Amino acid sequence: MELFDLPLIWAFIIGFGIIMYVLMDGFDLGVGILFPFAPDEESRDTMMNSVAPVWDGNETWLVLGGAGLLAAFPLVYSILLPALYIGVFLLLTGLIFRGVAFEFRFKARSSRYLWNWSFAGGSAVAAVAQGAVVGAYIQGFETAGGVYVGGALDWLTPFTVLTGLGLFAGYALLGSTWLILKTEGRLQEWAYRITLPLLAAVLVVFAIISVWTPFVDDMIRARWFSSLSIIWILPVLTLLCAFQIFRSVRNRTEGMPFAATMGLFITTYLGLVVSRWPYVVPPEYTLWEAASAYESQMFLLVGLVFVIPVVLAYTAWTYWIFRGKVRAGEGYH
Amino acid sequence: MELDPLFLSRIQFAFVVSFHAIFPVFTIGLASYIAVLEGLAFKTRNQVWVKLSAFWTKVFAVVFGMGVVSGIVMSFQFGTNWSNFAQASANFLGPILSYEVITAFFLEAAFLGVLLFGRDKVPPGVHLFAALMVALGTFISSFWILSANSWMQTPAGTELRDGVFYVTSWSEAIFNPSFWYRFTHMGLASFLTGGFVVAGVSAWYLLNGREMEANRKALSMCLWLLLIIAPAQLVVGDFHGLNTLEHQPTKVAAMEGNWETSRNVPLLLFAIPDQENQTNHFEIGIPGLASLILTHEWDGEVPGLDAVPAEEQPPVAIVFWSFRVMVALGMLMILFALAGLLLRPGGRYARNTWFLQGLRFMSIAPFFAVLAGWFVTEVGRAPWLVQGLMTQAEAVTPSLSGGMALFTLIGYIVVYALVFSAGVYYLMRVLYVGLEDQQEENEHDAERPKRPFSAAHVPFEIDGNRHQGKPTSQGGH
Repeated sequence: MELFDLPLIWAFIIGFGIIMYVLMDGFDLGVGILFPFAPDEESRDTMMNSVAPVWDGNETWLVLGGAGLLAAFPLVYSILLPALYIGVFLLLTGLIFRGVAFEFRFKARSSRYLWNWSFAGGSAVAAVAQGAVVGAYIQGFETAGGVYVGGALDWLTPFTVLTGLGLFAGYALLGSTWLILKTEGRLQEWAYRITLPLLAAVLVVFAIISVWTPFVDDMIRARWFSSLSIIWILPVLTLLCAFQIFRSVRNRTEGMPFAATMGLFITTYLGLVVSRWPYVVPPEYTLWEAASAYESQMFLLVGLVFVIPVVLAYTAWTYWIFRGKVRAGEGYH
Repeated sequence: MELDPLFLSRIQFAFVVSFHAIFPVFTIGLASYIAVLEGLAFKTRNQVWVKLSAFWTKVFAVVFGMGVVSGIVMSFQFGTNWSNFAQASANFLGPILSYEVITAFFLEAAFLGVLLFGRDKVPPGVHLFAALMVALGTFISSFWILSANSWMQTPAGTELRDGVFYVTSWSEAIFNPSFWYRFTHMGLASFLTGGFVVAGVSAWYLLNGREMEANRKALSMCLWLLLIIAPAQLVVGDFHGLNTLEHQPTKVAAMEGNWETSRNVPLLLFAIPDQENQTNHFEIGIPGLASLILTHEWDGEVPGLDAVPAEEQPPVAIVFWSFRVMVALGMLMILFALAGLLLRPGGRYARNTWFLQGLRFMSIAPFFAVLAGWFVTEVGRAPWLVQGLMTQAEAVTPSLSGGMALFTLIGYIVVYALVFSAGVYYLMRVLYVGLEDQQEENEHDAERPKRPFSAAHVPFEIDGNRHQGKPTSQGGH
């Protein structure tokens, strides 16, 4: 007897995990993207210090999301990963290189520049790869009988290159607004300066994507243009967030740019979700068709009911401990 | 030559999983050792235990960090290269592997930080508790992984409907017939690994006359431990083998190099298995011994590879030789444990140069033994991925081309070579710097953010290192 609509509950859990990951790993990937352009080496120390205590907690959401996807929506897992085979490899490689840079850069002296590149390059590759995944998702996947049947590089199109660059710019924006929040002095001033050009870049790319997307897929076009529906509030909110970033940077407000950038990401994400809902492997399979067995979803849900609150509490606690400004040469206690 | 995606995927999985396995197998044993040291420190208030624990915790941090990095790749391998398997087995493996992730996260989130950085910041009892929980966490983590693997060896508690496994009994699936044997065998292997590494490193310090008291104590502890678990592993391994004989007779036949089901089967010490002609060359064996070991009768019947068609046989030579490498290394470990006992009177174990040099080399032996053991059990299951129910050929990603598989295989080899040689190099630096000067380093605690490697206060390069260990020429014995 199926008491709950478990696939729906799981869709919310995974959906929540994805946006948590995008927001949280987004800003630390963004810091990595901005790394080579920082004013000086001391600023780089500060930049790395500002994300070092939290980045691996942020990436936990990715691993949890991957494992959760296998458990709850195996069809998504077993179609997306083969379809994005090369992209997944690049993503993992990027994450490995930036991950070890966190460990080694602070230990290194003469070889420090190598770890700087490892951090920046890894972050950039991971960001573009994730953006390309989003684009591939909008495009949809060629399947037959629950199996991916497309080619190795089907995902690589002008559209996915653009979404890759879009997320790259978006993460950089999250990174720069994070630095506004967490740093001061020269570095903060630099972050203020680059934020508006980054915002402009993000808006241009997002605008092109928004115009392009309805032509990529009929279903998305129908959803947005067949009737003027409530979902149009999402792009309106996105623009409001963008305006808020613009205004708060002009006014030199410290917290608002980051908060508004998160808002921009959330509304864009929701826009993507409503474009494809309830398809989780577009254009073929809905979330109910992709779900694993009821008892399997239940078995893991029992554990997660206890774990997710702890994860959230722990995450909040970590950020609380490391609240306030970060300075070069000053660590955490 | 046509690139075979199945073959390349097998090589790739073997590569990334072997690379990953060496880190947890060490940290599981080491975590327990640290917990014991913390317990001794808590009970006796002897600073030697604190010193040892602080040092080995640094080593733990570095190895744990490398294990986490290599583990991320593992969680995507099933999807990228074995998508049919992922889809078929997700109802069971999905939740099991997710629980492993949850456990690992709990471990890192709640207790690892306290263990690594909390020594002077939390009460000693809390620090001890954190050490115990980290040790427990590593075991729970391996519990899930070994349950998943055992289910692939001896599937139970599931039924296959339309190409998808459905769980009919969670307890039967999790505690499937080979689970406890594998879990015990692997747990002891982790202790052996931790024990021989600590013994080997302590021996090296003793040879160089560094921190004699602490390292003598560490070595002494290890030798007592190894004296119990090295022989115990032989017994557990034997039981594990009998369990395999019951459920996977073909694997045992490959391990023994036994082509024909027969009685009075010799234990082969050497042979070159010839799969094509279904026979061995240059056999050297002890008559009847394989029968005796497997059936406990001299003329007991041992199943042969001929019980299944040739295409359902695993690659015999790999299984046969991996098994011999594992057993030989196991015997060598027992030998060293016994030598430690013989050298016990008068504390000669800490002075005998030959013994200490031998221990240095033995510190890598358990890693090879563990990998050889995994080769036996994994390659020995071939061509099956889920024994008797799903073959590797059915499991591989249908859309995967040979070129794609080759690209990522080479990619992972290059990435791992770069990243992990840096990691292993750094680990060597930590070992070289050693137990000395730990107080001085704490002053610089504030410079760095709290990362696992931050627990190890050792610079990456040799030059510019202010805490360089004493030169090796000071060795005394």
